[in-house]
Amino acid sequence: MSCNSCSTTVVGTAEQDATLREQIAALRVDNSLVQILQAAQDIYGYLPEKVIEVIAYEMGVSSETVYSVATFYSQFNFNPKGKYAISVCLGTACYVKGAGEIYEKLKEKLNLGDGETTPDGKFSLDACRCMGACGLAPVMSINETVYGNLNVDSLDAILEECK
Amino acid sequence: MVRSHVLVCGGTGCHSSKSDEVFNHFEEELKNTGLADEVKVIQTGCFGLCALGPVVVVYPEGAFYSKVTPDDVKEIVQEHLLKGRLVTRLLYTETVKEDTITSLDDTDFYRKQKRVALRNCGVIDPENIKEYIAYDGYMALAKCLTEMTPEEVIKAVTDSGLRGRGGGGFPTGRKWGFAAAQPAGDKYVCCNADEGDPGAFMDRSVLEGDPHSVLEAMAIAGYAIGANRGYIYVRAEYPIAVKRLRIAIAQSRELGLLGKDILGSGFDFDVEIRLGAGAFVCGEETALLNSIEGGRGDPRPRPPFPAVKGLYGKPSIINNVESLANIPQIILNGADWFSSMGTEKSKGTKVFALGGKIKHTGLVEVPMGTTLREIIEEIGGGIPNGKKFKAVQTGGPSGGCIPAEHLDVPVDYDNLTAIGSIMGSGGMIVMDEDNCMVDIAKFFLEFTVDESCGKCTPCRIGIRRMLELLEKITSGQAELEDIDKLENLCYFIKENALCGLGQTAPNPVLSTLRYFRDEYEAHVVEKRCPAGVCKKLITYHIDPDKCKGCTLCARNCPVSAISGEPKKLHVIDTSKCIKCGVCYDSCRFKAIEKK
Repeated sequence: MSCNSCSTTVVGTAEQDATLREQIAALRVDNSLVQILQAAQDIYGYLPEKVIEVIAYEMGVSSETVYSVATFYSQFNFNPKGKYAISVCLGTACYVKGAGEIYEKLKEKLNLGDGETTPDGKFSLDACRCMGACGLAPVMSINETVYGNLNVDSLDAILEECK
Repeated sequence: MVRSHVLVCGGTGCHSSKSDEVFNHFEEELKNTGLADEVKVIQTGCFGLCALGPVVVVYPEGAFYSKVTPDDVKEIVQEHLLKGRLVTRLLYTETVKEDTITSLDDTDFYRKQKRVALRNCGVIDPENIKEYIAYDGYMALAKCLTEMTPEEVIKAVTDSGLRGRGGGGFPTGRKWGFAAAQPAGDKYVCCNADEGDPGAFMDRSVLEGDPHSVLEAMAIAGYAIGANRGYIYVRAEYPIAVKRLRIAIAQSRELGLLGKDILGSGFDFDVEIRLGAGAFVCGEETALLNSIEGGRGDPRPRPPFPAVKGLYGKPSIINNVESLANIPQIILNGADWFSSMGTEKSKGTKVFALGGKIKHTGLVEVPMGTTLREIIEEIGGGIPNGKKFKAVQTGGPSGGCIPAEHLDVPVDYDNLTAIGSIMGSGGMIVMDEDNCMVDIAKFFLEFTVDESCGKCTPCRIGIRRMLELLEKITSGQAELEDIDKLENLCYFIKENALCGLGQTAPNPVLSTLRYFRDEYEAHVVEKRCPAGVCKKLITYHIDPDKCKGCTLCARNCPVSAISGEPKKLHVIDTSKCIKCGVCYDSCRFKAIEKK
């Protein structure tokens, strides 16, 4: 259920909350939850429960409706990502060149499961399906940077850069 | 006066290997040497040869420099641009003959290619509309608006024989015709740029290298069917493509090539971008419409077809990026020109993304009817490391694996379907003897299980059951009747799933069963993975002839399963071994064998 207090609840910094409200006001004409959720994730880095409630209230729908859209798409996160968000490509071209082993090795090195973040908030790990850099397979990305032609032995040096 | 042009590839492949730094270094170095007025540096779209990236081409010589690092830039500027001497160590070897450079078109990679959809990729600066216009850009739109009726436009597209390049292969002209026949009112043109097939990146390359060709084609489509609004649904995972599209839209609006009263014709058309949010099923046209509207990307039952009731319930057409990129050329050069290329039922050219175990990974565009062998062995340069070809996978998770015996099949929609695969969007992943076909089938099933939207039962539950059977097979727990069960399930799901995702999800299993049944049987009967991939079925052994007793494997083994005295033969206790492969990777004498 949406409640009136949600409309004024502070979720992040005052600036973030103000931006969220501006974005909702600008995007509501299209009635597109996907666009609003994308804007919200840009602002907060992920989708905290309170943000979902604010969006539901502003759009006049239930939180369940917002969640049903948000959980449908893999782009949306409900937990904060690490300072270094690692994403290993498990697309076909990468997979046939050993991306599966790379992913397993990273899980082992960072002691993380699929989609998890280290307790210190430094690294998060997940798999993605094809970044379109198949020519460099196997590839992974850390935040916006893509690393190509990987092998198991090259991982230590790359993680070292993130110190 | 500019005497030389330096073209730096700014496609995602080269960008990932720091081509933007190369570009910046060139600008800086040219400034330092006082050549900034004489030499122009341009960031272009993809050249296609991603394996050799970052790629830099210097004109007028046409020198093709490969694997250029930021540190190499100084040498190219000093030697080539200042003193006129080629930097031979960086030239692509195939373009060098007796110290002179030969044309890129004569290399194995480019000789058989015919670039229509990719015509401007790697040629123009995609962020500069003037360069597009200089290459006849927006001439096709002008021709449509001033010389042709909407009916004539549709007729030209129909006569060209162009079929949808996103995978379905439906005739584009007929699709337009259906939407045009609907009563006038709100109609929409949607561009499907949700390139979800893992291993396919041609649409991304077109958007990154030639975004205006897609905008121009959408405006032409709008004129043909009577729509004034278009949406491009593009993956958020393609940031460079999104950025260049935004620039392109702003530039076209500024010149009045999008917006109100285009070229004084009275025709209004504008385009908006919608970002995908990571759901494979949204590449299916009805799911894509739901996603553009901002909700869950569930597919809709058809009929009604989108041409009748599509976006916001209005008549809509959905065309793939590559299909659209062909349209301006068809209008300018005529339907006959386009239909003179290709086979009887598949006209024109097709872009393929070559990946996997192949020398020249990258993008190629060839006339329909080129054989798989020509594409893989001649253009792609064959399999690296002296390994043997096993199969080529086409069509992504909806396609199949094609074995060596069918390599001479001319590629077109119908031939690929006949041999159990599909054209799909054009991904071509080559696999060698080290790849296990059952494992590949399992890989695709994992993908479709993940991506199934859950709306219909055959897909939601059926393909999960298939995956369980494949897991049973790859872990050595299956019996022969499980293979039959798997096969029956495939046919049931194909017939009963709601949308294309579910209907085609069994294809990777069916095609590998058809051509590699012996591999399935080896897993089931002999409990053996012939390619040595399926972990639960392999065992590690030490070759007594090769082991030097260096103790490295024993020291690295995390479960102390290896025993032996220094300088004497070591032995693996297979009951303790967890098959992590550390010994295999660490042995310097290649004494560890996987069986």
